[in-house]
Amino acid sequence: MNDVTSTVQYTGRPAAGRVRRGRRIADRTLKVVCTVFTGLGAFVLGWILLMLFYEGGAALSLDVFTHVTPGPGTEGGGIANAIVGSLILTLLGIIVATPIGVLAGTYLAEYGKGSKLAEIIRFVNDILLAAPSILIGLFVYTLMVPPLGGYSGWAGGVALAIIAVPVIVRTTEDMLRLVPGSLREAGAALGAPMSTVIVNVSWRAARAGMVTGILLATARIAGETAPLLFTALNNNFWFKPNLMGGVSNLPVMIYQFALAPYDNWRALAWAGALIITLSILALSIVARLLLKKDLAR
Amino acid sequence: MTSIAINASSAIGGAAAADMHAPVRISVRHLDFFYSDFRGLKDISLDFYDRQVTALIGPSGCGKSTLLRTFNRIYSLYPEQRAQGEILLDGQNILASSVDVNELRARVGMVFQKPTPFPMSIHDNIAFGIRLYEKLSKADLEDRVEQALRKAALWDEVKDKLRQSGMGLSGGQQQRLCIARTIAQRPEVILLDEPTSALDPISTGKIEELIEQLRAEFTIVIVTHNMQQAARISQFTAFMYLGELVEFGPTSKMFMTPNKKQTQDYITGRFG
Repeated sequence: MNDVTSTVQYTGRPAAGRVRRGRRIADRTLKVVCTVFTGLGAFVLGWILLMLFYEGGAALSLDVFTHVTPGPGTEGGGIANAIVGSLILTLLGIIVATPIGVLAGTYLAEYGKGSKLAEIIRFVNDILLAAPSILIGLFVYTLMVPPLGGYSGWAGGVALAIIAVPVIVRTTEDMLRLVPGSLREAGAALGAPMSTVIVNVSWRAARAGMVTGILLATARIAGETAPLLFTALNNNFWFKPNLMGGVSNLPVMIYQFALAPYDNWRALAWAGALIITLSILALSIVARLLLKKDLAR
Repeated sequence: MTSIAINASSAIGGAAAADMHAPVRISVRHLDFFYSDFRGLKDISLDFYDRQVTALIGPSGCGKSTLLRTFNRIYSLYPEQRAQGEILLDGQNILASSVDVNELRARVGMVFQKPTPFPMSIHDNIAFGIRLYEKLSKADLEDRVEQALRKAALWDEVKDKLRQSGMGLSGGQQQRLCIARTIAQRPEVILLDEPTSALDPISTGKIEELIEQLRAEFTIVIVTHNMQQAARISQFTAFMYLGELVEFGPTSKMFMTPNKKQTQDYITGRFG
């Protein structure tokens, strides 16, 4: 503080001292406020994780992975059907979404440069990215559930795919845009048609980023509840191999069991929550590592 | 004045003299070029001679790269760019809409300012271009890859790591890889767009030596900002300014007794 006043006296502009002091206070205030709110966010996240590990960890056992969901009033039980169901639904969603998302993203980045159509698609995609997932669930319900004669894993997979597509479109386009234009020119200069340049040069150069996008989309849909409520519903037994009828899944199971009056159900909900969180965490870490490795190259 | 002439003559000591009887390979006739509404080239007419190195020089924005990019129609990747006039390659107008641009580009290779290795192995970088237009047996393909790398003076440095990524090479090696990739296709013409401006002096020297050797087989057009480089490696020089061709002639004449004062001023560094 001392040196500030002395500098001010030296310049002979008394007002400058007040201005500087004001700036310094504003500077510190902003820093403190930012730190406090960051801490608050981290604290809430830490709290959730801590509770999750505490309650979920206590509920974990081999039975959780080997038994199906218990009936009301029965002891024990597991969530094997919900785990397998979630895996199938997520896989189904991502298998449907990946080709659509990758190809649409490729169109936007490679073919649609400066075109009106691409601009519209990009805009609509951004809206879809932010669309409430319950709406997507209702949409797929009207589209698929009555025509197929009831709830089904197929409808659930499609609903999840609709949520994953805009994520994949966006990351694919972003990653392809990072590929330098000079690389495409170099491919074209060898007489390679555009399709060859895209597949062998652009996709290859953006490979890690594109896979990362698909992994992040997977993580996103693995925890979605709302779109499944109207489509795959849930099932407290093993679902049918043809995926018709309700298909058990972790998010809806958690929703139902967490509100139940039975202690073992609530414990299973905790276990399911922990399993989902850990899987999403693992996916995110793999995605990050992949991208980091690619950027380092 | 005299000292300039001496400098220039010592600089061109390295390059072989222009062969005034070489047949014409590329003939540019009344070429105009447009970036949307901006006219980047104005009525250019110019011949490029078989198995000679022609340097395009001139200050930034003069149109030398634009001219180079018309010879393989790489500009057509960008819809707002178009060329008018005629460019005859072995008598055939390559600007005609009937010309297959991909086949044209296999005949007219191009090396860019920044090295552009593809994200694949050294071997596959070379094989990529060959596979596009030829179905070769594995042994023949390996042979062609080796030949190309030898011609690009890179073989000894990479022969033990052909399966490693081309992105792991040094900048100078990457640029020679790009040259190898181009000559592996056995083009007729090689276009070089400031191929050494991103390289250190030693790598630059290697590339210049390489260009001198490649002249035996290919017609070469090189854009360069470096006057000494033009003097060292080219037989013909074209000086361009504001989209126009100011002067064209044998390099020795251009550097010692240019016809136009503008050429002389640029070459001696008085403007540009």
